[in-house]
Amino acid sequence: MRYMDEFRDPTIAKALLKQIASLCEEIGKTRDEPIYIMEICGGHTHSIFRFGLDKLVPKNLEFIHGPGCPVCVLPMSRVDDCVEIAENENVIFTTFGDAMRVPGTKKSLLQAKAEGCDIRIVYSPLDALKIARENPDKNVVFFGLGFETTMPATALTIIRAKNENIANFSMFCNHVLVPPPLRALLMDEKMRLDGFVGPGHVSMIIGKKPYQFIADEFHKPVVIAGFEPLDLLSSVVMVLQQIIDGRHEIENQYGRVVPEDGNKAALDAINRVYEPRPRFDWRGLGEIEYSGVKIRDEFVEFDAEVKFKVGYGAGKGAGREPDDLLCGEVIKGLLKPVHCPKFGIECKPETPLGALMVSSEGACAAYYQYGGRREHEVA
Amino acid sequence: MEAPKFNKTNAKIVTLAHGGGGKAMRDLIQDVFIRDFFTEDTGEMEDQARLEIPPELSGARLAFTSDGFVVDPLFFNGGDIGKLAVYGTVNDLAVGGAIPKWLSASFIIEEGLEVETLRKIAASMRDAALKAGVKIVTGDTKVVARGAADKVFITTSGIGLIPNGVNLAASKVQEGDVAIVNGFLGHHGAAILQARGDLMLEGEIKSDCAPLGDLMAVAMAAGVVRCARDLTRGGLASALNEIADACGHVIELEEVKMPLKPEIRGFCEILGFDPLYLANEGSLVLFVPQQDAENVLAAMRGHEFGKDACIIGKAKLGNRPQVEMKTAFGGTRIVDMLVGEQLPRIC
Repeated sequence: MRYMDEFRDPTIAKALLKQIASLCEEIGKTRDEPIYIMEICGGHTHSIFRFGLDKLVPKNLEFIHGPGCPVCVLPMSRVDDCVEIAENENVIFTTFGDAMRVPGTKKSLLQAKAEGCDIRIVYSPLDALKIARENPDKNVVFFGLGFETTMPATALTIIRAKNENIANFSMFCNHVLVPPPLRALLMDEKMRLDGFVGPGHVSMIIGKKPYQFIADEFHKPVVIAGFEPLDLLSSVVMVLQQIIDGRHEIENQYGRVVPEDGNKAALDAINRVYEPRPRFDWRGLGEIEYSGVKIRDEFVEFDAEVKFKVGYGAGKGAGREPDDLLCGEVIKGLLKPVHCPKFGIECKPETPLGALMVSSEGACAAYYQYGGRREHEVA
Repeated sequence: MEAPKFNKTNAKIVTLAHGGGGKAMRDLIQDVFIRDFFTEDTGEMEDQARLEIPPELSGARLAFTSDGFVVDPLFFNGGDIGKLAVYGTVNDLAVGGAIPKWLSASFIIEEGLEVETLRKIAASMRDAALKAGVKIVTGDTKVVARGAADKVFITTSGIGLIPNGVNLAASKVQEGDVAIVNGFLGHHGAAILQARGDLMLEGEIKSDCAPLGDLMAVAMAAGVVRCARDLTRGGLASALNEIADACGHVIELEEVKMPLKPEIRGFCEILGFDPLYLANEGSLVLFVPQQDAENVLAAMRGHEFGKDACIIGKAKLGNRPQVEMKTAFGGTRIVDMLVGEQLPRIC
């Protein structure tokens, strides 16, 4: 199949793996500790496990799974806010399917739906707008979620709602930005990172420049990568080569999709509708300045946070996370999912305690689905 | 027995009166269902069907199974709820090595359903039963208020005869046994998702909806079959996990051998599905000893529902029962059971 099989070619993969092995060996001569490469994006985490790449690279190369799964970094209190909105009389709450099972402190949207809330899965924010058009007597709320990748679509939906004057539509905005948590991670003294595999689809929107601080201030290499196995393997080669050369640059392996300067039309739509929030809470990472966006005053009538007085709209920040969960450590890459005492025992895909076990992009779900259990049972 | 004179119904839509047990109900049942399901040996119209085991199968064990069908939409590319209700139950019997013989069919109808729709479903069930070699011998009709069901739900139960000496079981799978599937995977699940239109993906993916009794008989005549499973909800991955648990072995699949058409791969890539979890309604996996594999494969390929049959992997010893996939470039991953995916009603 075109545009797929070319990027999964076993012969090329083997050649790249050989190259990775010799680069790792060379780096290994000068240091004892492993080489830590963080793949920022949850999509990359999923691909690494789906294709078994983690088992094919040398032992002294470790993938650290980054915070790039938008559902996973959402504080539980934001799910509680969703449930609170959905429990209003006369509300149709719409969401992407993978957010349905994410636990809040009290319940998930799936449980709220079973209890009688009108919660519907949509495939696009425009579907939610359509539901609003067809149900003028209902308040239709869309659960806006995701990094820069999904922001253009929700921004354009809000612009359309305004143009068509669909007053019964609003969005609960939980959009977050990729660069701020990377800075937070790099500032964290516990973090040991040698380089990054940069997110592909986020970069398609924002381009290369927003990562420049990683090279300039923290002297780490970043290679923006695609999602197929060969994309990932060749990005790893590029990161390792930068380490050997003592370079720290932002390189783009995913040139077939990612333009150097991003997508201007998409960025314009984002900037028209959204503005940075002074603060936003991240699960496990805490409050990070200017890491999320809110809907601008020009579009305030479509801001569900204001309309339903929840979350920051009610003057509340994120509530406390349960003390006994280690999801935050996993999100930071400090703890491997299999080393969490609850992994595979209390916390499984069918009974998830945290979003990392729910979303297909969550590190715990990827470990569980594609073979991490075995290591756990041995350990 | 001669065909009785069937009463006719003039109704255009089903109303609660059709569930009342009176004349309206009798006319609807006779006109829509019995007319289609009636065969020469339907027998007397009593409150129960009376079944004769043919002399050549005397001493056979009975296989008995039941399945509910709630698919939405009712009609889709390659099938409809009626066909599904017949083949679904027939296939559950067939993969146990039974010869499917008799079905019951119970309908829960939402008031307001067009009688014409019901006629189409009944006609489809009649054709499917004919193709599968089974008779629909008993049934029931209930009508519920609008909103209490979605258009129509069907439950079929089936009885099949397991010939003497046949005893298929997943626990019998041994180290070295080969796993064979009868054709391309994932078409039913993809066809339903496409037919619902939510995804706004256009394409011509057709459900694989087919009866597997005859194919099973052909395979069993060609060699030893240890066990078989049809690959409905949860797809190949779930069926193999059940088999691994039952036999205690590792089932090792080879990614390059998976029978997947480009349209299914593309569909799955776009939506983030794994085709191994997509439902099928005319697909099965069977385990045969290595030395019988070629014979069974050849026999299956001579059958209309087995022409794309292929070997996908084998059972081997391991520390714990599980399904593993060897990826194209030598990696391995576990193929786990499906966990509560947000999929619409597919069967």
